Amino acid sequence: MTEPKARIGIPALPCGNFSSVVKIVEKAGGRADIVQDPGALAQYGKVIVAGVGAFDHGMDAIRDLGWLGPLNEAAQVRKVPILGICLGMQMLCEDSEEGTRPGLGWIRGHVRRFRPEPGSALKVPHMGWNTITVRRPNPILEATASEQRFYFVHSFHAVCTDPSDVIAVSHHGIEFSAAIGRGNVLGAQFHPEKSHRFGLALMRRFVEIPC
Amino acid sequence: MLKHRVIPCLLLHQGGLVKTQRFAKPVYVGDPINAIRIFNDKEVDELMVLDIDASREGREPDYALIEQFAGECFMPLCYGGGVRHVEQARRLFGLGVEKVCLQTAAIEDMNLIRAIADRFGSQSVLFSLDVKRSWLGGNKAWVASRRAPDRRSWQELLRIAVDSGAGEIVLNAVDRDGTMKGIDEGLIREACALVGVPVVAVGGVGSLEDIRRAVEAGASAVSAGAFFVFHGPHRAVLITYPRYEDLERLLAKP
Repeated sequence: MTEPKARIGIPALPCGNFSSVVKIVEKAGGRADIVQDPGALAQYGKVIVAGVGAFDHGMDAIRDLGWLGPLNEAAQVRKVPILGICLGMQMLCEDSEEGTRPGLGWIRGHVRRFRPEPGSALKVPHMGWNTITVRRPNPILEATASEQRFYFVHSFHAVCTDPSDVIAVSHHGIEFSAAIGRGNVLGAQFHPEKSHRFGLALMRRFVEIPC
Repeated sequence: MLKHRVIPCLLLHQGGLVKTQRFAKPVYVGDPINAIRIFNDKEVDELMVLDIDASREGREPDYALIEQFAGECFMPLCYGGGVRHVEQARRLFGLGVEKVCLQTAAIEDMNLIRAIADRFGSQSVLFSLDVKRSWLGGNKAWVASRRAPDRRSWQELLRIAVDSGAGEIVLNAVDRDGTMKGIDEGLIREACALVGVPVVAVGGVGSLEDIRRAVEAGASAVSAGAFFVFHGPHRAVLITYPRYEDLERLLAKP
């Protein structure tokens, strides 16, 4: 039995299903639990905030179900490695055009909607496989010359106030942040759990961050 | 740049995997879990699994089997067959399915699309439109579970489904199903011009060239069954999927 500290805690937010995330963590050699009790998050040495759907729905769940305190404690007091996925990444920012609620605000920036030019063939949501370009050394994505592709499903994207918080970019009409990070807080707009060996490589790196 | 997806479509029938021709004559092609494992290893863009009996028999999706599929898929999984309520969709998403594909129940009541889209987002609900050539000429919307055409035109159904919140359309040319004799380019072109959401073109793919032509006709994704499970003139069962590099080259803009 692995000690909880060596495991990854995934808050059981009612905005998504996390079975695929748990599976890829296991395939990457780690252990993850879907945590029901916010008070229990303090035992975990790493956290994944996963979720899909509307920004306010996600943030309301975090506040109303008592996750805000334990998450802030993990991110800002204990400073454990935290990975946000999809909506989970967007919630790391200050706010979103999709809603009115404040985000977690751990990374300075705002979430904006894709706005294709009128008459453009560009479709929103941005859904499907796209390649990324890694911008700077970081704990989760290898800065390699060979192509890395990931599965995306989203209509909004994060715009970081400090450009150095952008880890990787992708392109959908405009260049947008595919992955962001500041210190121990990391985020991926795409779904590593649905991105074959590329997602597995990311998860392996996250699992192997010493803590 | 967003890539065009190439999606194997697997049909479930009596617990096994089958391939049909023109929606009839199911031929057993193997164990579904084994096939899904192979497709996962081949790093397919996405996978579509349709239970072709569930709606006709009025039964529930086989949740235990679908959960096993989801456990093998490190790519998006779309499931269709027998989904009639939001609650069933919720349960499927909970098992790790990304998208549900609706036909029979949506044709009866398009509010089901709206209800699922409102709760889980448009990206999670697909409408499957089967189009069949009428013996009098012209195309009809075909309802596979009833083995009968719908009274509305296929164009009208398409519009209603998209207005109701369908995030994608699976457009199947029934007369091409399983034939590997080429896609219905005209149909794809017309459907793609009518809607703003991605269209997944199915039916008739027999070569890489067919995939390229479907994409040129406007399809965001191309799905095929026979092309990925049969090999050679005698239709020997062999699961294949094009290499990523080959698809890249094939679908690169000139």
